[in-house]
Amino acid sequence: MGTVKSAPGAAIVTPDGGPERPCRVLRVAGPLVEMEYAAGTAMYDVVSLGEAGLPGEVVAIKGGVVTVQAYEYTGGLAPGHSARPLGMPLAARLGPGLLGGIFDGLLRPLSGSGDWLLPGAGATGDAERRWRFTPRVTAGEPVSEGEVLGEIRGTGPVCLRALVPPGAGGAVERIAPEEEHHEDAVVAVVGGTQVRMTADWPIRRPRPVRERLSAQQPLNTGQRAIDLLFPVARGSTVAVPGGFGTGKTMLLQQIAKWCDADVIVYVGCGERGNEMADVITELAALEDPRTGGRLADRTVTIANTSNMPMMAREASIYTGATVAEYFRDMGLDVVVIADSTSRWAEALREFASRTGALPAEEGYPAGLASAIAAFYERAGAVTTLGGARGSVTVIGAVSPPGGDMTEPVTAHTERFVRCLWTLDRDLAYARHYPAVSWAGSFSRDAQILAPGYTAAGDPALSARRARAAGLLAEADRLADLVDLIGITALPDQERVSVLAGRLMREGVLQQSALSAQDSYCGADKSAALVEAVLAVVDRCRELVDAGVPAAAVEEADFGPLLRAREDAGPNDAAGVATRRDAMLAALAGLQEAA
Amino acid sequence: MTGLGEIEYTAIRELRGPLAVVEGVAGVGWDEFVRITLDSGEQRHGLVLEVDRGLAVVQVLEDTAGMDPARVRMAFAGEPLRVPVGSGWLGRVCNGRGEPIDGGPPVFGSATAAVGGNPINPVRREPPAEPVLTGVGVVDALTTLVRGQKLPVFSVAGLPHLELAAQVAAQSTAAGEAFSVVFAGMGLTHADASFVRDALEERSAAGELVLLLNTADDPVIERILTPRIALTVAEHLAFGSGRHVLVVMTDMTSYAEALREVSAARGEIPARRAYPGYLYSDLASLYERCGRIRGRPGSVTVLPVLTMPAGDITHPVPDLTGYITEGQIVLSRETHAQGVYPPVDALSSLSRLMRKGAGPGRTRPDHLDVAAQMLAALARARQVRELADLVGQAALSPADHRYLDFDEAFLRRFVHQRLDELRTLDETLDSAWQVLLTLPRSQLAMLPSALLDAHGAERG
Repeated sequence: MGTVKSAPGAAIVTPDGGPERPCRVLRVAGPLVEMEYAAGTAMYDVVSLGEAGLPGEVVAIKGGVVTVQAYEYTGGLAPGHSARPLGMPLAARLGPGLLGGIFDGLLRPLSGSGDWLLPGAGATGDAERRWRFTPRVTAGEPVSEGEVLGEIRGTGPVCLRALVPPGAGGAVERIAPEEEHHEDAVVAVVGGTQVRMTADWPIRRPRPVRERLSAQQPLNTGQRAIDLLFPVARGSTVAVPGGFGTGKTMLLQQIAKWCDADVIVYVGCGERGNEMADVITELAALEDPRTGGRLADRTVTIANTSNMPMMAREASIYTGATVAEYFRDMGLDVVVIADSTSRWAEALREFASRTGALPAEEGYPAGLASAIAAFYERAGAVTTLGGARGSVTVIGAVSPPGGDMTEPVTAHTERFVRCLWTLDRDLAYARHYPAVSWAGSFSRDAQILAPGYTAAGDPALSARRARAAGLLAEADRLADLVDLIGITALPDQERVSVLAGRLMREGVLQQSALSAQDSYCGADKSAALVEAVLAVVDRCRELVDAGVPAAAVEEADFGPLLRAREDAGPNDAAGVATRRDAMLAALAGLQEAA
Repeated sequence: MTGLGEIEYTAIRELRGPLAVVEGVAGVGWDEFVRITLDSGEQRHGLVLEVDRGLAVVQVLEDTAGMDPARVRMAFAGEPLRVPVGSGWLGRVCNGRGEPIDGGPPVFGSATAAVGGNPINPVRREPPAEPVLTGVGVVDALTTLVRGQKLPVFSVAGLPHLELAAQVAAQSTAAGEAFSVVFAGMGLTHADASFVRDALEERSAAGELVLLLNTADDPVIERILTPRIALTVAEHLAFGSGRHVLVVMTDMTSYAEALREVSAARGEIPARRAYPGYLYSDLASLYERCGRIRGRPGSVTVLPVLTMPAGDITHPVPDLTGYITEGQIVLSRETHAQGVYPPVDALSSLSRLMRKGAGPGRTRPDHLDVAAQMLAALARARQVRELADLVGQAALSPADHRYLDFDEAFLRRFVHQRLDELRTLDETLDSAWQVLLTLPRSQLAMLPSALLDAHGAERG
């Protein structure tokens, strides 16, 4: 595991942390392993299986038999082989080296492994890295849990902090001077507790906070369809359901690249290997528009592709949440992106089926809904133990089989999240990206965020959102009618409404991830684009009222307006306004002609 | 193949469907390979699905028909199944278990490898970037296959997907670099199997082909092994000796059915349409073996072919496949009915990696523009056709009529090609230009005007 250093609290342990006597394996069926019970084995403890030392986790204990889910391929493991409980729960090793790193589902660094991942080969990574530690307290000062002891630099733009561990506190007995330290070196002693720059934390136990806050700050994603229509608050939860080919991974990658969080934890859970390779290469090459550093330096990537061991997928979600909480406790805003939670749920189902658990819907275990709820509950805006503000936002992709939105994972997830960005297959087929459906999505954060926009100097935002949403809904309603009776049968004002829907879709909501200018869109440009479309729509209505035929308005060249999103730079609101004025002037020509 | 232990077990407790349960075993590990000897001397093979104390559940590849529990002996290999790997496979024709059916000696290799393979470290993957040219115009132009990609063919019963797969297997090249094909047929009829053998004879004779054929009357459970052997052989040809390897696997629906049969026999809790809950992971363990690796020449490209039962794209096999693969080539019944081969539905088809594997420095500088314009025009043509069905051809505008002509030209002059016709990329793109130029210049907004001039687009 590489995380096994000490085992506080375990009763009978050997120097390296397990019961004295190795136990024997009794049964092996894929990732399900049964072994003998020995004192010192507790639920959710880590077990080392066989000579290769495959990691596993205790998931049930009954009548002297311990059920273990193995995190690697168990081929060749046989009854009679040894199995050693390590007397400690599955833990992630948290430290400054996480940023910019790429790890497997158990947070073992992948960069230290070879071309193929061999079972039991558990990579160790480079433990020799050193970091500059700057003390922020002096010896003798009293400190309590969660407070900052010093700052850690050396990873890139993000400033990390060494904190008093949860449960510790008292006087600072010793504090290291400002210099470079090995990541395992003791940098402080507080009330008898040694504090290192790295620490282990059990992945299934949320890290404690002082207080949960209600989310109030928006998370800007740079994606208009989201920031405009379905905004998300820092510390909120989002689900992104979408069938294959709807651009789910692309949208999530865009958010990973451009959202204004301090740290991104990207969990590739049961997804494509080539895609993962792409994310890794791109993040390393892209510049963070806010800090000028590499985007990779604010990102922790957890890669558990679909062909990597299935049960590590189950753990990878919790590993991601734990890593996020570690950074949150330093007072940072963190976003966890999990692509895809459906693959995680499938791992739950697979294991439940092997243990013979009674199935609920579609073979998923009865605990599926509560497992999903518990995972999303690890999100939140909080006051940390040390009194800082931090947040974890969770964005989880959902892959409904056959695009069926009533299947259990989608249906349950919808109940527990605050925002839902549904990706629509018809939009995707029409090459409308991002294919966020305005009819099938919601944001319960939009209301909460409204006062924040007023404070930030954009009081009109809520009104704009309402008008844009209204336009789209009206256009959708009319589109159904047009299919039946044809556009020419509509009254002129309604024809303008159909046009308005098109302008809103093509001029504002569409956004190409591959475009150099428009891959990211700043809040000002986004506002300017919506304003521009609304102003043009208003002008069109005036024209029609003034007697210009709707057909003439429809045939006007809206190119300058529709191309504004591509032609203007990411923050160029003024450029959009110029193009709007040109468009309005061109429309004025129509009236003269009439 | 894997060596076998000395101990033979005879205490067979249960035989049911493809499963055999043996008692009193010691030291038998999960996923071990098993040799089963019948009284007649006939040998069968199996894999350990579960081992519980002294009981081992074995999945018998050749089925349990004719097995008498009192007259069967089982020997365990002590490790998962390994097959020889290396260039000894090239030019050979074997059954679904990798045993020769070409009259030759057993396949020999300097090394062996476990058929399950190991996952490629995602950090060590090189993003795919160069094309495999198939010589099939519509595929090369609109859904370019990229080295290291997994791109399935979605078809329905009765369409020439096997012909297309065989043509791609026979014609594909990688810009003059060493290229091989591993063709794994699962549940093929004898007629289909001999068609494949004939179609690929030249490639086989050139020592560029490995053919694994499991026919419809071969043991069903054996199909679970066939793609794994194919991929293991391919991985070593690629990453061991620097070849670009195309693995064609057909029909994946037959494979999934074999998986379902074993799952049902074990009494596992079924998921959608009674397929096991792990179907996604199982398919991923096959498809994800494609790719390229940093610092190693060679690549594995996977082209699975599957028939969608009743043409349903939401059926678990195409649906889960679509979630794993990087795009899809969809065949259409309507196009087939018009006598066009290959009947590719270009608008439903997609190669997600095409953007990386085609265009300047990869294929031809105008490739991506031509493909984008072609698809945009096809989308428009489809709308026009739907409109024409509603209001009649007479009510169409002149521009709309040009689109109908374009659609016809697209099918007849661009898509349609002979089974044995190899089109070079230049021929393909040039014919794409000819078809595009049936449209007026004003409709070709996605093509740069310099290119339009160069190809003599009409003015105005």
